Amino acid sequence: MTSVREWIYSGRHAVGERWHNAPRWMRWAVIAAVIVFFYALPNREFYQWLGPIPTTGSNFGQVLFTISIYVLLAVGLNIVVGFAGLLDLGYFGFFAVGAYTVAVLTSPSSDLKTLWPWLLALPVALVLTMISGVMLGTPTLRLRGDYLAIVTLGFAEMIRVAATSSEFLKGQRGFNQIPHPPGSYSDGKPIFGVLDPRPYYWLVLTLIILVVIGVRNLNRSRVGRAWISIREDEDAAQLMGVPTFKFKLWAFASGAFIGGLAGALFAGKQNFVSSQNLELLNSIIILAAVILGGSGNIVGAIVGGGLVAYMIERFRGIEFFGVELYEYRFMFFGLVLVVMMIFRPQGLIPNRRRAAEFKDRRKEVIVGG
Amino acid sequence: MNFNALFSDFGGYTITGLTVGAIYALVALGYTLVYGVLRLINFAHSEVFIAGAFAAIWGWAALGLDRDSVASGFGSIMLYLLVGALIAAVASAGTATVVERVAYRPLRKRNAPPLAFLITAIGASIAIAEAFGIYTRRLPVGAPTIVKPDLVLFEVAGTEVTMVQVLVIVSALAMMVALDLFINRSRIGRGIRAVAQDQNTAALMGINKDRIILVVFIIGGVMAGVAGMLYDIRIGTLTYSVGFLLGLKAFTAAVLGGIGNLRGALVGGLLLGLVENYASALFGANWKDLVAFVVLVVLLMFRPTGLLGESLGRARA
Repeated sequence: MTSVREWIYSGRHAVGERWHNAPRWMRWAVIAAVIVFFYALPNREFYQWLGPIPTTGSNFGQVLFTISIYVLLAVGLNIVVGFAGLLDLGYFGFFAVGAYTVAVLTSPSSDLKTLWPWLLALPVALVLTMISGVMLGTPTLRLRGDYLAIVTLGFAEMIRVAATSSEFLKGQRGFNQIPHPPGSYSDGKPIFGVLDPRPYYWLVLTLIILVVIGVRNLNRSRVGRAWISIREDEDAAQLMGVPTFKFKLWAFASGAFIGGLAGALFAGKQNFVSSQNLELLNSIIILAAVILGGSGNIVGAIVGGGLVAYMIERFRGIEFFGVELYEYRFMFFGLVLVVMMIFRPQGLIPNRRRAAEFKDRRKEVIVGG
Repeated sequence: MNFNALFSDFGGYTITGLTVGAIYALVALGYTLVYGVLRLINFAHSEVFIAGAFAAIWGWAALGLDRDSVASGFGSIMLYLLVGALIAAVASAGTATVVERVAYRPLRKRNAPPLAFLITAIGASIAIAEAFGIYTRRLPVGAPTIVKPDLVLFEVAGTEVTMVQVLVIVSALAMMVALDLFINRSRIGRGIRAVAQDQNTAALMGINKDRIILVVFIIGGVMAGVAGMLYDIRIGTLTYSVGFLLGLKAFTAAVLGGIGNLRGALVGGLLLGLVENYASALFGANWKDLVAFVVLVVLLMFRPTGLLGESLGRARA
């Protein structure tokens, strides 16, 4: 048993080492190949060779779009949970703010009747989500982490209740005819139409690449170092002169920004937003994705988000001993959270530093344990 | 704001608020006890409550009471109530024990960071709630009518007080008085207070820390189980997902009174129940669920230690 475990560990370690020691051009080549693969993925000519990977029940392009939205959300939540170490349980609330802002500003069924195009509503949605992140963060980020978790959970629930109950936000009837993103082919057909989900997927994929570059740079800057110091020891960071509150607020606002972006993209694709989109457990699924992938590591968050969303879609329509597996998805992810935190709190693809933090804590002495 | 609705039936809103608040207070005790000892928000406590509520209904069903049956006769009603409370308490305490053993103890042994506890707690909470949801096919389960809901016991200043309301408030108060005595007078209670003050020192003084922690979870479970049975009696149906919101409100109640403070849980629960009911009269029932969160946020901004202050250890050493 132990030998097998050691063998697996050493193997994984070797992969990590090889990656870190590989020449730069080789790493870039691998990354480029992965990106090309994902751009090619939704084409039938390509994915038909991939055996059981494409989903059978539903349109694979549509599934890929859903997965890409989850990946974007996981990358955003990773800033808050992974980098700054703040447990945000209501991350989906920001998604809702983004989607609803676009809906209210563009849809003909909205009371405002502004009928803006999608592209004009997008920056407004992003700014509003950031403001909502700051508004939520200001009273709560001064408190201990566990209170923050509960209040963010409450925030997501508040948005859901508001969306269900208020006249202005239309409840379950929702907003329809939200415009698509602009652009048309040379023959006049719109790029972002109703039938073909692929352009939306490509759009989100491109945005994910941009967001990842931005987040990576942010993480390697002064801001990122401040986040890590807050995660490791907030008191020590404060004593060293890091304005912890400011940087926690920054993390919250950046996370909110990405959540809002995902919401706005979703609204533009779906062209319908109602309170039924706002299931509270979505926040938990994204959290499970970040933890599963490896919080604090961008690649981990991407893999986690992709894996979790893909598994949900793969479960759909599959029966196992006469039960629908899709029904069990939330229970499954609940158990994933428990098992991961106990056996591998650093996630599947850990951030080296974060893994070392967990390892370090284990060595500390516990009396009477 | 609809002041007419509030003042035309002020007594009615007050008594309903107190009834709801008593249930919040019982559940809040579980949060406050665990928090006082472990400095940990036991997020899965809402599912401990749900387990008790389901167990009571299924226990009555095993005794031959289905959703349409009506109990009659004072003796048999009392018997059903006691049996229901007992089954619910055992089921909830069992769930709490499992959660402690499976989700928390391994993390304690590894000295995991506090957020890790919260994440496993959420995972456990979702997994349990979903298991009930799948088992009940996500449909509401009807409880038998043990105490007739329209049975008016007495009238105070023009407000009718029903048997159910009296039952809920009195039994919740009785449970809390018993708990208060237990914590402050008994040997185990002294152990709990000692562990709450300083775990390591208590362990060095010969207190079995793990056993005390288990006892704390069990007591919290018993309280939540009784709350679950009272909820069945008051509402009459049970859906797997109600625990989440109720748990969040009970947690708010615990923070309101001062988390870690037993008497604070009572004060916070009753207060939150009242505020919520008055607000639902003023703003409409749709917005009722928002009140708890607004209270929580405002409270955390201005007085995060709650009304009576946080302390289980400092209660009286």
